[in-house]
Amino acid sequence: MAAMRRRKGAGGRRPENSEPRLDESKEKHYIESEKSNSCSTNLNADVNSIVLSNSYPAAKKQRPKWGCADTCCWFVGCVCSMWWLLLFVYNAMPASFPQYVTEAITGPLPDPPGVKLAKDGLKAKHPVVFVPGIVTGGLELWEGHACAEGLFRKRLWGGTFGEVYKRPLCWVEHMSLDNETGLDPPGIKIRPVSGLVAADYFAPGYFVWAVLIANLARIGYEDKNMYMAAYDWRLSFQNTEIRDQTLSRIKSNIELMVATSGGKKVVVVPHSMGVLYFLHFMKWVEAPPPMGGGGGPNWCADHIKAVMNIGGPFLGVPKAVSGLFSAEAKDIAIARAIAPGVLDMDVFGFQTMQHVMRMTRTWDSTMSMIPKGGETIWGGLDWSPEEGHVCSLKKRSSNGQPTGHNTTQKLDKSIHAKYGRIIAFGKDVGDFHSSDIERIDFRGAIKGSNLANTTCRDVWTEYHDMGIGGVKAVADYKVYTADSILDLLQFVAPKMMTRGGAHFSYGIADDLDDEKYNHYKYWSNPLETKLPNAPDMEIFSMYGVGIPTERAYVYKFSPAAECFIPFQIDTSADSGEDSHCLKGGVYLVNGDETVPVLSAGYMPAKAWRGKTRFNPSGIRTFIREYDHSPPATLLEGRGTQSGAHVDIMGNFALIEDIIRVAAGATGEEIGGDQVHSDIFKWSERIKLKL
Amino acid sequence: MALILRFRKLCFFEQAKCWSRDEKALDSPKNDRKTAAGDDSASPEEKKQRKKKEKSSREWRCIDSCCWMIGCLCTAWWLLLFVYHCLPGLQAPEPPGARLKRDGLAALHPVVLVPGIVTGGLELWEGRPCSHGLFRQRLWGGGSFTEIFKRPMCWLEHLSLDNETGLDPPGIRVRAVPGLVAADYFAPGYFVWAILIENLARIGYEEKNMYMAAYDWRLSFQNTEVRDKTLSRLKSKIELMYVTNGFKKVVVVPHSMGVIYFLHFMKWVEAPPPMGGGGGTGWCAKHLKSVMNIGPAFLGVPKAVSNMLSAESKDVAFIRAMAPGLLDSEMLGLQTLEHVMRVSRTWDSIISLFPKGGEAIWGNLDHCPEEDHRCDTATRAEGNSSDGGHGFRLPESTNYGRIVSFGKKASQLHSSELSTLSSPLSPFTAAAVAPSPTPTLGNKVWTEYDEVNRASILGASDNKAYTADTLLDLLRSIAPKMMKRAEAHFSHGIADNLDDPKYDHYKHWSNPLETKLPNAPEMEIYCLYGVGIPTERSYVYKLSSPRKHRSIPLRIDTSANGGRTGSCLKGGVYFVDGDESVPVLSAGFMCAKGWQGKTRFNPSGIATYVREYRHKMPANLLEGRGVESGGHVDIMGNFGLIEDVLRVAAGASGAELGGDRVFSEIRKMSKRISIEL
Repeated sequence: MAAMRRRKGAGGRRPENSEPRLDESKEKHYIESEKSNSCSTNLNADVNSIVLSNSYPAAKKQRPKWGCADTCCWFVGCVCSMWWLLLFVYNAMPASFPQYVTEAITGPLPDPPGVKLAKDGLKAKHPVVFVPGIVTGGLELWEGHACAEGLFRKRLWGGTFGEVYKRPLCWVEHMSLDNETGLDPPGIKIRPVSGLVAADYFAPGYFVWAVLIANLARIGYEDKNMYMAAYDWRLSFQNTEIRDQTLSRIKSNIELMVATSGGKKVVVVPHSMGVLYFLHFMKWVEAPPPMGGGGGPNWCADHIKAVMNIGGPFLGVPKAVSGLFSAEAKDIAIARAIAPGVLDMDVFGFQTMQHVMRMTRTWDSTMSMIPKGGETIWGGLDWSPEEGHVCSLKKRSSNGQPTGHNTTQKLDKSIHAKYGRIIAFGKDVGDFHSSDIERIDFRGAIKGSNLANTTCRDVWTEYHDMGIGGVKAVADYKVYTADSILDLLQFVAPKMMTRGGAHFSYGIADDLDDEKYNHYKYWSNPLETKLPNAPDMEIFSMYGVGIPTERAYVYKFSPAAECFIPFQIDTSADSGEDSHCLKGGVYLVNGDETVPVLSAGYMPAKAWRGKTRFNPSGIRTFIREYDHSPPATLLEGRGTQSGAHVDIMGNFALIEDIIRVAAGATGEEIGGDQVHSDIFKWSERIKLKL
Repeated sequence: MALILRFRKLCFFEQAKCWSRDEKALDSPKNDRKTAAGDDSASPEEKKQRKKKEKSSREWRCIDSCCWMIGCLCTAWWLLLFVYHCLPGLQAPEPPGARLKRDGLAALHPVVLVPGIVTGGLELWEGRPCSHGLFRQRLWGGGSFTEIFKRPMCWLEHLSLDNETGLDPPGIRVRAVPGLVAADYFAPGYFVWAILIENLARIGYEEKNMYMAAYDWRLSFQNTEVRDKTLSRLKSKIELMYVTNGFKKVVVVPHSMGVIYFLHFMKWVEAPPPMGGGGGTGWCAKHLKSVMNIGPAFLGVPKAVSNMLSAESKDVAFIRAMAPGLLDSEMLGLQTLEHVMRVSRTWDSIISLFPKGGEAIWGNLDHCPEEDHRCDTATRAEGNSSDGGHGFRLPESTNYGRIVSFGKKASQLHSSELSTLSSPLSPFTAAAVAPSPTPTLGNKVWTEYDEVNRASILGASDNKAYTADTLLDLLRSIAPKMMKRAEAHFSHGIADNLDDPKYDHYKHWSNPLETKLPNAPEMEIYCLYGVGIPTERSYVYKLSSPRKHRSIPLRIDTSANGGRTGSCLKGGVYFVDGDESVPVLSAGFMCAKGWQGKTRFNPSGIATYVREYRHKMPANLLEGRGVESGGHVDIMGNFGLIEDVLRVAAGASGAELGGDRVFSEIRKMSKRISIEL
């Protein structure tokens, strides 16, 4: 605005020669008022100009004064009419216009798989159930405090997130759960949105399930044979049943769909955390009431044809640890939702991270994704299954030539990353051999007196109860593996872990027939449950590969005062050499940006292959990997060949696989295993009794 | 933001330049050429300066004034809006949910909501090329109906059903929107169920114990099961809610056509498969606590007839949706009404709303149950409460029994003076069969009228007056295909012997006069409806001029008026008491008499309650659609009704609510109807 006014003023200073004197003086006057630079403060001038302009016809001859208010009004008018014009043009534009443009630039697009397969004569056969993952499902308000007035049945999560900006503290308060029970705080009811709209789009234009739904609809699917098993992803799995009866609803809906489609079994498509949720469901439904659903031992065999897990974190994700430890989860959805800038902004008065942490720590579900299986799976201090992983894999595959392959591998052998150390304090510690590290056990450390002064009180995190002594003790232990991570979390967040410990377990069962494994807290851990007795069922694990994925972290003390979270990822830690395994304090492996290949692939590749103790009935498993290739142009949006954790839902090859299975194909018919990564090699390194 | 502003500014400068050039071009082309030539050689700085010069020389032109005007208006508007939002909210009356919560009411019985006709949303799942980009977008309800304006023909094509089967046309799949969003708001700001849902939520309801039984309201009831399995879904949902809510029976709240849909459901669920749901006798007794019918159209509505004859339905939702001006506009090339008619005639569900029970219920040529109805009730109720005003009885009683009469005279004459009424059918059914001139002359809009010879229509109108019985014959003759399709799904008579096995067929299930209520002595049935609004009851028709509306030869004779202030005839329509859509008779008769006590329609003696809500206009505009309205849809925001629903959902019985609550003359009218009970 200011720039424009100045320009106009400049124009006024050079009147054309033919202009009458009168005008020049006017212009001068104009400049003066401009110079005073007071659109809003110089009220008198504004009033004058308005009066002048009102007497417009009379003043026509001597040209009305172009006052400041007029300029403003004129400008607003211009902008408005322009806006309306554009809006009108946009609305009058035929809906297929963007597609024409895209096709004109990039050439004809490939048919979406649904259209192609419909031409091949595929028809809807088996009903389909979607199980969305964490954070992608919408949540809406059913009862709230006074600050949430007018938001009844409006989305607090998903959609535009407008309320985050409008009333951030109110939003955080409503999204948090009770710290003791893990259920609703008193007076607040947030419930999952139901139906396909729950997770078709996460935010306007950011699809999650929408592309898959659209393609399934092409071969004849609709509401009656497609069901979104939306649940409140903040709760622990068993609590969704206790509070909302979500598991009962899913059971009833699956039964209904099987009955109304002539006895055709359902194809279940869980994504991300939904994979664990559905594991839990399969155990729950066959368990006797009151803990279970009372479906009987053949329920899964009678109702489920296939479970097509997309990006399944069967064994957890290391990201969950960093999320809980320092709220630095780089989770796609969270980051994109709250917009990258906001996290660093002053919305909450410098305490954004603490607020986010306090909120996420009340969400029990995040604890379902802590790495499971301990050192046996994730590696100890000196070994890990992914040892010798070539981190420059991306570059290599894009060049398409294996030159330099040998050299990188040599380098790797000398300094190969110790992925087993999920958290290390200091980069050096991350590299040393275990015998070189001095460690002081933190477990017995006495937590120092409460440091937190009252100013920090409003942002409560459990770190304040720990005191400086505890913080130091944590850092002195230096290195944490998947086993000791649990102790660490227990130490830094005892309340949360007690709550979570009642709902989740992270170990490996020695004897699966032990009575204790009938408790629901084991149901979502594939290493502590048997798959249901359903020999005809098929389990697919479909995930993207070829994207560096977080696997281990280098931490440091947070430099700031006691109001802050005392630990922080050491973003300065870089390996700096050809191998790009360490970047910004994070060790990376192959995966889909969120879930490492190991977590997504180990169970179907080895632990469930054939008849094992985890899979007593010999359910067939298939691994389908999709190599990531980024979209060629911006016009493609998020790409049709993406392998990223959420974007893979728009991957045409994956969609085609799902449609074929839904239309009746078996795992062999769609091509059996399809592997790009080293998952089989890595699985061999894991010594687990099967 | 700053970027955008700069961009706009640039745009403006460019434009300004262009304009000034154009002007100059008029007076001195030489000069112009010079500047043009100079433009090429001049350095960017000079160019900028020149631009500024030109700008400063500009006059205060028309465009600028326009912009200035718009700017002023916008700014003022924003300012007002801002002030409005800053002001403390006007004191709204406390919603009943908040009050009842303080009284300690809490969610107890699960609630099922069954929406009526036209209020439910429909979305597209598969369509023709013209519907590109509308996948899973709403074609009906919810949104703003913008598609009607953007591609009207496409929209109509997709909303039509197949004329033969009454199901999807090939290549088109339009489905009901599921969930509470299906019918909470019909259009933005126009609530249907939203207020009731909000109040239920205040006492603790949420999605686990509240379910919207959305269905495709265009289909016949049995077809919703055949195509979408909607009845099976509803059954499964009710069973699930019953189990997961601690074996508490369900309270069902159907509205408008949903009432007869749910009647159909209650018969379907207990009937054996394949026709029924196989729930077995006792399913209703086990799962249902009460059915709270809002604005029930048990015995049909006369409005459905006018809709079928001439597409002149004045249905609330319909009209408001398509905006009053639209119907008469020439958008579709003078054939709007024909198009609407063609589309709505493919909707089987409308036929479920035809008056049921024939002359026994709706009256014959000379007698009808509402005989001595005084039409000034509405004005009297809201004006002065003194009865003495103009409450005199009309000398000639209105013959409501003649639902359609041709000409005002025919509606008033005594029956003996009407022509050929003893055998009304023989002349014109014969004519109808006669070969009709094929409609070839650019008649894109097909309605069945084209196939029916105009002569036969003349014959039909010769017949002067039709009662509820003969009306069906009339429709059969002028729309044979539609009636044939629909009569496989609906029946409009009265059963002589309910134990006759033919009544096991599903076409009788939605007619309360041809079915028995389920065997559920503990269940309760409520009839909740508004009174005090003049409601369409019978029509005066005329032949339309053949040139203007070639496809619809019949029109309501809007010139027919009663002339007297208290007359029931206004604009060709006779009015009675009701809720603007459903006459009291249709809404209240079953509860007040047909099912009262143990009758043959209600063998187990289910308790019935009539709860009437007198219509009161909203006192001022700020109240919106009012909290004491009795209008057919607006009643869903009536606080009295909401309180009743909440109390029952929280466990109260009908007696605890206060039993019957009657303002109209429904008892007197019911007494006049003599059917075997």
